[in-house]
Amino acid sequence: MDVNAFLDGFSLVTEPQNLLYCLIGVLIGMLIGVLPGLGPAATIAILLPITYSIDPVSAIIMLAGIYYGAQYGGTITSVLLRLPGEASSVVTVFDGFALAKQGKAGTALGIAAIGSFVGATVSILGLTLVAPLIAGWALNFGDPEYAALALLGVLLVATIGNGNKLKAMIAAALGLLLATVGRDSFSGAERFTFGSLQLTEGIDFVVVAMGLFGVGEILYNLEERHGKPHVPAAIANIWPSRKDLKQSSGAIGRGSLIGFVLGVLPGGGAVMSSLAAYATEKRISKHPERFGRGAIEGVAAPETANNAAATSSFIPLLTLGIPANASMAMLFGALLILGISPGPQLVEERPDLFWGVINSMYIGNLILLILSIPLVGIFVRILRVRPAILAPITALITILGVYTINNSTFDIFVMIVFGLIGYLMKKVGFEPGPMVLAFVLGSIVEDGFRRSMLIFDGDPTGFFTRPISGTILAAFVLVALWPAAKAILARRKTATVTPAPAERDDVDTPTR
Amino acid sequence: MSDERTPAPDQDILAEIQAEVAHDLEEERPPAGGPAYQVVGALVALVVGIGGAVLSYGYGMGTLRQPGPGMWPFVVSIAIALMAVALLVVGRGLTDSEKFTRSSVLPAVGLVTFIVLALLMPVIGFEIPSLLLCVVWLRFLGGESWRSTIITSIVTVAAFYFLFLYGLRIPLPHLF
Repeated sequence: MDVNAFLDGFSLVTEPQNLLYCLIGVLIGMLIGVLPGLGPAATIAILLPITYSIDPVSAIIMLAGIYYGAQYGGTITSVLLRLPGEASSVVTVFDGFALAKQGKAGTALGIAAIGSFVGATVSILGLTLVAPLIAGWALNFGDPEYAALALLGVLLVATIGNGNKLKAMIAAALGLLLATVGRDSFSGAERFTFGSLQLTEGIDFVVVAMGLFGVGEILYNLEERHGKPHVPAAIANIWPSRKDLKQSSGAIGRGSLIGFVLGVLPGGGAVMSSLAAYATEKRISKHPERFGRGAIEGVAAPETANNAAATSSFIPLLTLGIPANASMAMLFGALLILGISPGPQLVEERPDLFWGVINSMYIGNLILLILSIPLVGIFVRILRVRPAILAPITALITILGVYTINNSTFDIFVMIVFGLIGYLMKKVGFEPGPMVLAFVLGSIVEDGFRRSMLIFDGDPTGFFTRPISGTILAAFVLVALWPAAKAILARRKTATVTPAPAERDDVDTPTR
Repeated sequence: MSDERTPAPDQDILAEIQAEVAHDLEEERPPAGGPAYQVVGALVALVVGIGGAVLSYGYGMGTLRQPGPGMWPFVVSIAIALMAVALLVVGRGLTDSEKFTRSSVLPAVGLVTFIVLALLMPVIGFEIPSLLLCVVWLRFLGGESWRSTIITSIVTVAAFYFLFLYGLRIPLPHLF
């Protein structure tokens, strides 16, 4: 590891401007984490136009802050309202809300904040040490490896989710197709442009993301919200006692490791790791019956793990250029806008950005710890702001924001179309996440595939005979066929039970 | 919708928790749309897949040695079509869709305000259309009182005016 570059990164982060953007990022993250509705991916999408007007390093520091800040905020609503602000805090609801009912909401939030901080910090340390090594190793990757890796990334994100896997894979494939719109970079032929001049340059990633995630979620929330006012429980004594700390220390330690490892895997991320950490605690506990009735470990483990995972999911993005989840896909897009292609060369070519972003997380998490322990009362009060007041503000940010990218009303209409598509996809049970991710990776897969075919002289078996791309593709096949194989096995087992279990229940990952 | 499998002994706890989480989320959700929604979703995907395949075939497939502009989109389109057919077969019983209800009018109105804003902004600047959007969203979509609607709308538009034109110095089309 280049120690000088690492230290330079710190001096960059402590510049007042970058500190300010880091603070703004984590504040926004925490805020949207607390407010049910917009998730981190949607928020980053809506704010992407900002990256055109501020310094690249500051922009990425801010957007990254939104992502990990949201993990802290999501806890608050889980504990106080039994409403997970983020998907990764769903499992915190069980014990967190039980503790709140016993009047120990403060303790639960305090432990969650401390666990989050420890998990994230352990994970950043891991990131600091591991990322340069992976980047160095990946420098040997050629086109076939990248094509295979990007394809595997798309597939993993599509299959390791909560929804139906077939639908997620269709959405991902649609994203790949969408990425081909415009002029073909090899032959100059126009594809799917239907004579439109504006489509010749391809569809702008920012516009697609703002439509599918931003507008799609805004419209969806408009329908789901039934004007329910949120009345959070009162909280007191946020500082956990020494006994609570002692009781949760094991859970925090294990949660950090589980989160770090699962976060690195594409598609693993915060949701999966919070479930796995909770399950581990319950499994090894001497009194598993306490879980769900207010066990402090049941809050500590998932909250630690989801923050550790949120942090370590930066590893594949910063070292391989493969986003591990929808929020990382947004950051990937932001980097592309700034003219930086994320990949193994990033640490050499842009050490300022690489170390600036990583080191900003040490500071961002410290800010979050302060925000979520002494200042938690302020965020609880934000829960009383009616969602109806925030909706038009987000709507305006989105429309005016997308216009400012190219000063183009055409972009607004493209965004509205994708917003409608995103909304309808949600209504019929398709997640837009895999589609956006595949859209981002589409050109990597296609270009890699076509250049590889040139290298292999038209022989597609070349992908399988190269050791690294062969291994990646073998993993691809395994992941692709796993749900089907499991469904068949399960069907055999329960042949007597009707109806046969739907395969969407398979939330197990092949990575376990 | 719960997990009906007899849980294998080694994955009991995780499977249990996941079923519980799924069940928990279920309570928050509006009623499922039923088979018609699933079929329509799959059919749209099928049409896109077939259309994409036909168009990309026309762009020229090239050879494996020198893939043409149409080969990759053709492969992807065929994959979409095949998966859509599979979804038609196995997906009819899924419960992950959501019924359109009376409250689906809200996003429809929201969408119209987006379009109106996009149409009016180049003509009369962003201030008045934005103010209108705020009023519609607050009063009619959000059920706020007139007092709160007027105050919030004016403050919001004023804030955007100063943020974009003076703070970020981004030239939005403006009237004033």
